[in-house]
Amino acid sequence: MSDTKDDIVGETVADAVEIVKDHTDDVHDHDVHAGDEGHDDHDAGHHSSLGLSNMKLAMWLFLGSECLLFGGLISTYMLYRNRHSEDVGPDQLWDIPFTSASSFVLLMSSLTMVLAVSAANRKDDRNTNLWLIVTATLGGLFVAGQVYEFTTFYREGLGYTESLFASSFYTLTGFHGVHVSIGIIMLIATMGMVAKNKISGDKAETIEMVGLYWHFVDVVWIIIFTLVYLIPA
Amino acid sequence: MTDVNTSAASTDDAVPAEGGVTEGVAHPEHADDHHDHPSDSRYIVIALILAIVTAAEVVASYIDLGWAFLPALLGMMAFKFIVVVRLFMHLKFDNRVFSWLFFTGLILALFVYLVALFTFRFFDS
Repeated sequence: MSDTKDDIVGETVADAVEIVKDHTDDVHDHDVHAGDEGHDDHDAGHHSSLGLSNMKLAMWLFLGSECLLFGGLISTYMLYRNRHSEDVGPDQLWDIPFTSASSFVLLMSSLTMVLAVSAANRKDDRNTNLWLIVTATLGGLFVAGQVYEFTTFYREGLGYTESLFASSFYTLTGFHGVHVSIGIIMLIATMGMVAKNKISGDKAETIEMVGLYWHFVDVVWIIIFTLVYLIPA
Repeated sequence: MTDVNTSAASTDDAVPAEGGVTEGVAHPEHADDHHDHPSDSRYIVIALILAIVTAAEVVASYIDLGWAFLPALLGMMAFKFIVVVRLFMHLKFDNRVFSWLFFTGLILALFVYLVALFTFRFFDS
């Protein structure tokens, strides 16, 4: 009886050791195979079973959810844009040439961002950093323009609680401005990480993720510029 | 691990790329790794086109286009949106799963707007 028990325990332990060994071999094969395909080990560990990058999947999911946030804010503005006093409304406040220049600046920042991603794909760190700096600078110009615009509107009597139009306008464009500011922080942080070689895994993919976020704030502004500024209420 | 590779390969087979480029050719291991993106000069041309369309939008807001004003502005806005999303954000070259994720959010956002519009404009007594 005692021998039988020992046999069972021995067989169970042997099976367990074999399972662990098989698993270890599988992990080793995965790493070697990923290395054959020309990817870093870090990179190989960050892909889902669909073969898609987890980081990219998460970013697109996040951007999809951001569509809902801005969809709600734009809807609110569109519904309340006629609710203002006669003397402080879009007709008296909007400075289309100034806002057009701001839009052009943000649009060009999308170009410099895509050039940064392109340089990162070529492993050209110098140009990557250069285009990231230009993108952050253009983003800073856009935010500065928005601060100037808000200040002008406030001085002309459009306080945040002045009307439903004012509240929905400041909330929508303010949220967008905050997103641009966060994008600038991401760009500066990425520049620092590239300079100090602190990005683990695929550097180009990390920069592409920052780029996706940056382009998203640009497409949101494309919608805001047309619906809020160019189409009259 | 074999399962993972098989899964990735089958995803590639199921998702043919646009423009005659088969997805996953560059790296069969990862369905989203593609490096046949436009060149830098092509990106500059695209940005110039976007800038011209933006200028056209601004000009359109100053002149009287009559009934065509709203469709023209919305059309130019949609054109710019699609160009940035598909070319600058590389959705044209990436796996369609990413397009599904993004456009699902976008369509839901449009649905939210329509629900809000109908609620406040048509059903509000």
